[in-house]
Amino acid sequence: MSEQNQHGYSATSARSAETLQEISDIKRIMERSSRFISLSGLSGIAAGICALIGAYFANRILKDYYEEYNLQGYTDDHFAMLKIKLVIVAAMVLLAALILAFIFTWRRARQNHLPVWDLTARKLLWNVLFPLIAGGVFVLAMLQYDEWHFVAPASLVFYGLALVNGSKYTLSDVRYLGYSEIVLGLISTQFIHSGLYFWAIGFGVLHIFYGAIMWLRYERVNSQ
Amino acid sequence: MKNPINGLNKVFDNRIRLGVMSILIVNEQVNFNDLKQMLEVTDGNLATHLVNLEDNGYIKVHKGFVGRKTNTTYVVTKAGEKAFTDHIAALENMIKGVK
Repeated sequence: MSEQNQHGYSATSARSAETLQEISDIKRIMERSSRFISLSGLSGIAAGICALIGAYFANRILKDYYEEYNLQGYTDDHFAMLKIKLVIVAAMVLLAALILAFIFTWRRARQNHLPVWDLTARKLLWNVLFPLIAGGVFVLAMLQYDEWHFVAPASLVFYGLALVNGSKYTLSDVRYLGYSEIVLGLISTQFIHSGLYFWAIGFGVLHIFYGAIMWLRYERVNSQ
Repeated sequence: MKNPINGLNKVFDNRIRLGVMSILIVNEQVNFNDLKQMLEVTDGNLATHLVNLEDNGYIKVHKGFVGRKTNTTYVVTKAGEKAFTDHIAALENMIKGVK
């Protein structure tokens, strides 16, 4: 059984190294085939910065609106303009954040010689998008009835649920980001007039925070 | 002394077959192209090993269509799951036995 070969290793320990290698190969392929691991922390940081810039502009738009409101009182036109401006800012933030998030993740996949678009990417996208679109439609329906009080809480909670749902198919940090968004969204229901600040914390600060954690944990070593 | 090689499954000696099983254990069903992409193998090579696994009763094949294109998906069977976990247990025992 443990006869020595010419290099002095026993046959059993060579076989055991092989066995360890085999088990780690199995583990690696299970991981890789069930989780999208190319998600980059920089994607989160970029999305967070976009959200903060967007929140800054939204805040300015709101200030301008209230200045005019104090001078001229409420007019339907002004209120309609306000809604349009805010929706445009939100759409631009979403678009910029998605594009930047995609670029950084695509870059990371390329660096690791992994496909960006594979089974795990499809599963992740589907599981995030389904609750997210449901949330989007829900928020739009609230706006339709001029119920804007719960826009920030609802978008945070739905986004958090989408992340928790998708986290089964990617790095587990995403689940904690999701929990944080849900908790923040629920807290914000009690501070209904500070929606924008909660929105900025949820989509800005939390993204940057978790993005930085993910970057430090998984990517910094590789880039050195 | 019991030979630790006992319990290892001959079918899983091959890296591609072991890879296919590893993927199917953690994914409900996977199609041919996804398997090919993840294992980085050629069509013919993968097809041969899939037939082997199917003949052993470890995987089941579902032939379907997406539009006009054929979409063949693979699912692990109960027997396949058992064979795979037994194989892993045997590998783990080998390592424990050596330590």
